[in-house]
Amino acid sequence: MDPDVRRFKDNSRDAMANATLQSALHKLGHGFPLRRLEAAARLPEFEALRDQSRTIKDHVLEHLDIYLEIFEKRVIEGGGQVHWCADAAAARAKITEICQAAGAKTVTKSKSMIGEEIAINDHLEAEGITPVETDLGEYIIQLRQEPPSHIIAPAVHLTMDQVADTFYEQHDDLDPDRALDEPRQLLEEARDKLRQQFLGADVGLTGANMLVAETGSNVLVTNEGNADLTYSLPRVHIVMASLEKIVPTLEDATTILRVLARSATGQEMSVYTTFCTGPRRTEDLDGPDEYHVVLLDNGRSKLLGTEFQDILRCIRCGACLNHCPVYQTVGGHAYGWVYSGPMGAVLVPALIGLEEAAELPNASTLCGKCESVCPMRIPLPRMLRAWRRKHLETRRTGAVARLAMRGWAALVKRPRLYRRIIGLAVAVLGLAGRRRGRFRRLPLAGGWTDGRDLPTPTGDTFIDQWHRGARGDASGDWLRKRAND
Amino acid sequence: MAEVNGPHVGLFVTCVVDLMRPAVGFAAARLLEAAGCRVSVPAAQTCCGQPAYNSGDMGSSRDIAKQVITTFSAFDYVVAPSGSCAGTLKAHYPEMFDAQDAWAEKAQALSNKTYELMQFLTDILKFNEINVNWPSTATYHDSCSGLRELGIKVQPRQLLDKVNGLTLSEGDKAETCCGFGGLFCVKYGDISNQIVGEKVDDIEATNAELVLGGDLGCLMNIAGKLKRRGSAIEVRHVAEVLAGMDDVPAIGEPEG
Amino acid sequence: MTDSRAQILGTLARALSHKGRDPNAAKKRIEGHEINLIPERGAGDRQTQVARFTQEATTVDATVARITGDAALPGEIARYLKSANLPSILRAAPSLKDVPWAQQPTLTVETGIAADNDSASVSRAFGGVAETGTLVFLSGPDNPTTLNFVPPVHIAVLATADIAGDYESVWAKLRKDQAGNADFMPRTVNWITGPSRTGDIEQTLLLGVHGPHRLHIILIDETAG
Repeated sequence: MDPDVRRFKDNSRDAMANATLQSALHKLGHGFPLRRLEAAARLPEFEALRDQSRTIKDHVLEHLDIYLEIFEKRVIEGGGQVHWCADAAAARAKITEICQAAGAKTVTKSKSMIGEEIAINDHLEAEGITPVETDLGEYIIQLRQEPPSHIIAPAVHLTMDQVADTFYEQHDDLDPDRALDEPRQLLEEARDKLRQQFLGADVGLTGANMLVAETGSNVLVTNEGNADLTYSLPRVHIVMASLEKIVPTLEDATTILRVLARSATGQEMSVYTTFCTGPRRTEDLDGPDEYHVVLLDNGRSKLLGTEFQDILRCIRCGACLNHCPVYQTVGGHAYGWVYSGPMGAVLVPALIGLEEAAELPNASTLCGKCESVCPMRIPLPRMLRAWRRKHLETRRTGAVARLAMRGWAALVKRPRLYRRIIGLAVAVLGLAGRRRGRFRRLPLAGGWTDGRDLPTPTGDTFIDQWHRGARGDASGDWLRKRAND
Repeated sequence: MAEVNGPHVGLFVTCVVDLMRPAVGFAAARLLEAAGCRVSVPAAQTCCGQPAYNSGDMGSSRDIAKQVITTFSAFDYVVAPSGSCAGTLKAHYPEMFDAQDAWAEKAQALSNKTYELMQFLTDILKFNEINVNWPSTATYHDSCSGLRELGIKVQPRQLLDKVNGLTLSEGDKAETCCGFGGLFCVKYGDISNQIVGEKVDDIEATNAELVLGGDLGCLMNIAGKLKRRGSAIEVRHVAEVLAGMDDVPAIGEPEG
Repeated sequence: MTDSRAQILGTLARALSHKGRDPNAAKKRIEGHEINLIPERGAGDRQTQVARFTQEATTVDATVARITGDAALPGEIARYLKSANLPSILRAAPSLKDVPWAQQPTLTVETGIAADNDSASVSRAFGGVAETGTLVFLSGPDNPTTLNFVPPVHIAVLATADIAGDYESVWAKLRKDQAGNADFMPRTVNWITGPSRTGDIEQTLLLGVHGPHRLHIILIDETAG
């Protein structure tokens, strides 16, 4: 999808005015955190497992080149193919090439953020190949031609009625008088529709939550089982994965899997966790004849060794989104590109450039809740600050804001001048606000006063009072009073 | 007056308290003196530099940090009635300087002796002689920096437990951000406003008459929203209650 | 394309190579395949583990029955299908071809891979994991993967002797069974924890999206002697 990050503020405003979205975000913002807490409470070793997961990924990143080569070797030994793609265009071209070589007309897809990142669907369609999203949420938004609004719950922003309307509109071969009043009915209809697609697909296109170097396997994590029907029924299985998805061994993958679902939805384990290794064996009765892994760089390699390396530990659980006060307010679409929430605010500038995406790291209170729930202990606030620093260095921040910050900094470095100027400002404001104790409106502070009153200063600074001998007690020395009690 | 042999504390009053609500500074001083400290307030202090640091202006951040380090070098401890300012000094000043920079060691020295007020009173001084009456039902807002950077959670509650007549009614979202975020509240005012709206919904659901917290920026944000809604709920810095300053109007209320 | 490979690996090597880096660290970690921390929740004696497995599987909406000996299987399956008002027709994995199906004439059993209009399948699990009530299936000529996913009802057969406390024990068993074979992984290893589900429609939990709507687990104790 084309980035729309520059319109973050406008998109946020729309999001806040969207009652349906707000209701969904409320539910999500309450439910997911609660279930995560409950899952963590059921697992005394949860914190230790987070630490171990972090250590595993740090180790991988330190030796990423070597692990990738080992992975490639194992895949090839097992009869699969590995395709290295520097950027989105190369990945699109390679995937299309494989599909065309297979004579593919239909491609079933399981949920993949990499797929969104390289915009593979549009490209396949342009080449006369039909991609079919099989994750229920992705299927729904594909019909509606919308992007996903959440990493793991892509259609979370929609009501049942909206889904029903879409089905009436798009499944026009079915009886228009049929009832679609309940979620069950919607589900059955989607299941039937997609079942036909699963069975008829020529190629199955999946992502990968992890790639296991030891065995040349990819790991798929779903609750629906759609990924399993995607890779097992067609003749060709293509895996799209970015470089940093590697983990060393099956045991390492297992450790990370213990924190993934618990952090994402509060489940002990996702319903279907699958390890795919190569094409079918000669004696197998089912499975794909071809196994391809498309390894995508698209900006990851240049993050290594930089202050943004830690974002490469992300396992796409969505916990940071679920707990972020900003995400809970504006939802995923407002972020304007594939990745949203705190991890998006760090990753998107790295992938599409700071000039395009500078809004995102700025739109944060730096509350730190994200880091506190990240299973991989990614220091998101630190990296958000780092992007802000880089943005300032490009000198493309607003000139007025820069000047104001410089002015403030210059002032605070000069205590005597500060005292005089601030003392005056505070006295004036204090006088103006004396009667009510708060301002309903203040020039230049519309961002605050549109929705809130602004408490007024009392008119005399603390330091001035203290150094005049005042101790804040009109009736005398408080300590003396205490001593006499 | 009794001789004070206790630690010499430099009170880092914070720019927000200094400008907007001196009562918090006086409350902090009272508490520290009651705990046996000798309190000084260096006149040369202005700001901890957090706005510059959070904006990514490392040059200004370092300049300001050096000034603060110098101004507060003489004290046994540096105490601030604010989790975010104490956090800036304690957690972030050392990050601002390269390991080889001479200021790195000085920043670490300052960090080692800097504390947020509630944490200083309970964890360091083991002070609990709060002998104050304040009959009220209160709820507490855990400011993000204090909570997540400094681990402040039980300390203010321990002290409030000693206040006669005060009952604490915890909000489900006590630990949720109030949407202040420094410059965020004006740069992204709409989003900030909705976040503080949720916070205030949670506060109202506790049936508390009083909101307390350890960071004035947060408290002004919360008070501003409550007042705009016409709420009678009062907002104060926790130090004010612990120091018994019931003759000071609550945040956003007029004098007298 | 080879250029891309060289370019990517080159960029990585430049960023990562430094004097202190152990060039064999990756190889060592893989060869050692050390076990990391294993939570306590799956620990205990066989009885405890079976109970834990059953409790966890039930929590995620699987149903669990327990029988003794393969011979009791047809009867239990017939009972289950009848109680759930399902047709007495079954697609069985080849690994179950020696089960005495004929002893349950009401059951129609065909062996092979799943067909789209199959109403129920039965396959044999390689192992079970007590800590989360998870079944582990290996693909192979005896156990086609599609049996686990295509029909709306999936019956899983698991020997209680094959229930382990944790996933790592099952990996260890797989490695051991295939000892000496570098290609020890089958095409597909499925960890299955309950029937298919989604929350994608108004965050309402629904079962049976694409994978099975029902998962019935039959635990088999060995016959004595």
